[in-house]
Amino acid sequence: MKFAVLFAVSAACLATTAMADSRILVQSTTSTKNAGLYDYILPMVKIDTGITVNVVAVGTGAAIKNAMNCDGDVLLVHSRKREDQFVAAGYAKQRYDVMYNDFVVIGPAGDPAGIAGGKDVTTAMVKIANSKSKFASRGDDSGTHSKEKSLWAMAKVDQAASSGDWYRETGSGMGTTLNAAVGMGAYALSDRASWGAHANKADFKIMVEGDQRLFNPYGVMLVDSQKCPNVRSKEGQIFIDWLISAKGQAAIASFKLDGKQLFFPNAE
Amino acid sequence: MSNQTAMAQRGLMPITIQNITLTLNERMLIDDLSCIIKSDGISVIMGPNGAGKSLFMRCLHGLAKPDMGQILYADTPLDSLIRQQQSLVFQTPTILRRTVLANLLFVARQRGIDDPKISMDYLAQLQLDHLAQHPARLLSGGEKQRLALARALIINPAILFLDEATSNLDPASIETIETNLQSVSKQGMKLILVTHDVGQAKRLADDVLFLHHGKLAEHSPAKSFFQKPKSAAARAYLAGKLVL
Amino acid sequence: MPIYSESFAAAFGLLASSDRDLMEILALSINVSLASLVLSCVIGLPIGAFLAMRHFPMRDFLVGVFNALMGLPPVVVGLLVYLHLSRSGPFGWLGLLYTPQAMVIAQMILITPIIIALSCQVLEDLHEDYKDFFDSLVVPKRTALLAYIIDARYSLMTVILAGFGRAISEVGAVIIVGGNIDHLTRVMTTAIALETSKGELALALALGFILLAISLAVNFLVQWLKASARRRAYV
Repeated sequence: MKFAVLFAVSAACLATTAMADSRILVQSTTSTKNAGLYDYILPMVKIDTGITVNVVAVGTGAAIKNAMNCDGDVLLVHSRKREDQFVAAGYAKQRYDVMYNDFVVIGPAGDPAGIAGGKDVTTAMVKIANSKSKFASRGDDSGTHSKEKSLWAMAKVDQAASSGDWYRETGSGMGTTLNAAVGMGAYALSDRASWGAHANKADFKIMVEGDQRLFNPYGVMLVDSQKCPNVRSKEGQIFIDWLISAKGQAAIASFKLDGKQLFFPNAE
Repeated sequence: MSNQTAMAQRGLMPITIQNITLTLNERMLIDDLSCIIKSDGISVIMGPNGAGKSLFMRCLHGLAKPDMGQILYADTPLDSLIRQQQSLVFQTPTILRRTVLANLLFVARQRGIDDPKISMDYLAQLQLDHLAQHPARLLSGGEKQRLALARALIINPAILFLDEATSNLDPASIETIETNLQSVSKQGMKLILVTHDVGQAKRLADDVLFLHHGKLAEHSPAKSFFQKPKSAAARAYLAGKLVL
Repeated sequence: MPIYSESFAAAFGLLASSDRDLMEILALSINVSLASLVLSCVIGLPIGAFLAMRHFPMRDFLVGVFNALMGLPPVVVGLLVYLHLSRSGPFGWLGLLYTPQAMVIAQMILITPIIIALSCQVLEDLHEDYKDFFDSLVVPKRTALLAYIIDARYSLMTVILAGFGRAISEVGAVIIVGGNIDHLTRVMTTAIALETSKGELALALALGFILLAISLAVNFLVQWLKASARRRAYV
């Protein structure tokens, strides 16, 4: 008897949390979520369009795979090459620019590799490799991870050979990797927004920034309804249109942390 | 014996036991046992420890199955329907984790007796009515066994088995139970008891089955058994000697 | 370490102010865990009782299987449920992925083996005690099954508590099938994971303390119930 009541109460509670009508699911990245961007702009989206935007934040690689499995309506990630492949394979009709920021190399105040204040990221990475200073990598097929791998390649360093030695692949999201870096006194590549928002910095600082190669553009795509019939195309497009509209772009620009702007709008 | 209660034995009597044998772990515990138990009176099964008395009773009630031979009730082999017209009071009763009344109600409902008042009447008969709401497992040994007897009686069985049911009880409880047994026997219920209490056997038995090493050493009317037992084992047993 | 005092203070602050987000997350945690627990018991208790009562050729093997399944890694269960509920999976048409219902399903898969294996153990002991009596009364199997569950109710509380503990504390399954979506599928454990990944360690620990307090409260309640049952020899 008690169980029946419990069950009924639970079912009722679950029913009330059942989703409202106008909503979409966005597959996105840990860097945008952890920075707090969505917490800032999504309420505005709701007011302007009436759409509830639910965000699943995983690595770029996972987000793209989820979208290909039709488990999302919109994809918002930062890996240009893979975004283009997504469109080319027919999973989206087109890719829109939405915003950019940049990557930074963070590291402990002690700076064992001596890279602080540097303006050339590949030089810094060579110094890290030569000094065998610890480096924490995302290692999770994310946009940040792709960027990191391309930088090692440009620096002509075979970092993978030292995996488990000074090169530590956490296989995790941005925040978890930053915690790991701080915890073991390692360098790491992070997007500026995630680092800015991360609360557990200990004595870490930005070591290298400003290199053009650290440019980090984000793209947004509507999953194509021919590949995925369940996609809420109308609401998804409304959301994208909002993001690239003057209003949306202004909202992105106005998002600040400690007085600093973290994302820079660049839609056409 | 009243006509009503004769009907109550519902064509189950007599019990014909034909050459039953039971072997366990290579030991023959019941050895080619045959006898006839008639409907009149209280039958008492006696014998030294390990003679197979309890096992024999379990066979009669279907809790154990002989390897050979058969047990017929009137002419019908023992089956589920016949078992439902029997009750067995164990030496140590299984008391449900509920109140005294709930214990009795559980049994009553198995046989479709839904009226709680009937249950209360049986509790009163065994002087347990003041304990109706008491947690049953907190009862004394004597009280628990009276509850077990109430459970056995409420389903109005044709045959009531008692397996050393009063072995661990105080004299007052034994007396209450024996009074109840004699009363239901007079009303026509067939009683079959296993006991090692010779005094109890003398008080209650109308006929005695004496078992020894799994065999039926003797089956005699009570009077002649106690005055002049036929088998040497029985003589030694009644004299208080160890019977090996 | 200063983080302990910081976290305790944060925990008290959140509770005292009935922080809206916290209450929402707490409510969802309890709802999801309770719903999956109830479902697991409805399925698992009769199976546990059946295995305790009946001995058939496959029985020991099945009991072994359920015992082993108690150690199912939550993240593996999460992955399997995800694959089945994904739009590209066999049950995608139900649209259950990233909903609390998916979380209930995943946790149900995790808890049911616990309920089956442990209730079987508890009821085996009861079966030894009751079987001759029930056999003598010729009690039908279904009645016996129900009677076992009722009479073992206090011992089964410990079993149910074990199931609840597993549900309320796991994160691997619910984060994959639920997506940790704000105001939708975020529960205490996934919130702790999120705050940790944001480096908000004191807040994460504070949430952890609150979760612990709830578990402790539930445990104490069950212990108190069992103590009163023991006094009446119901256990």
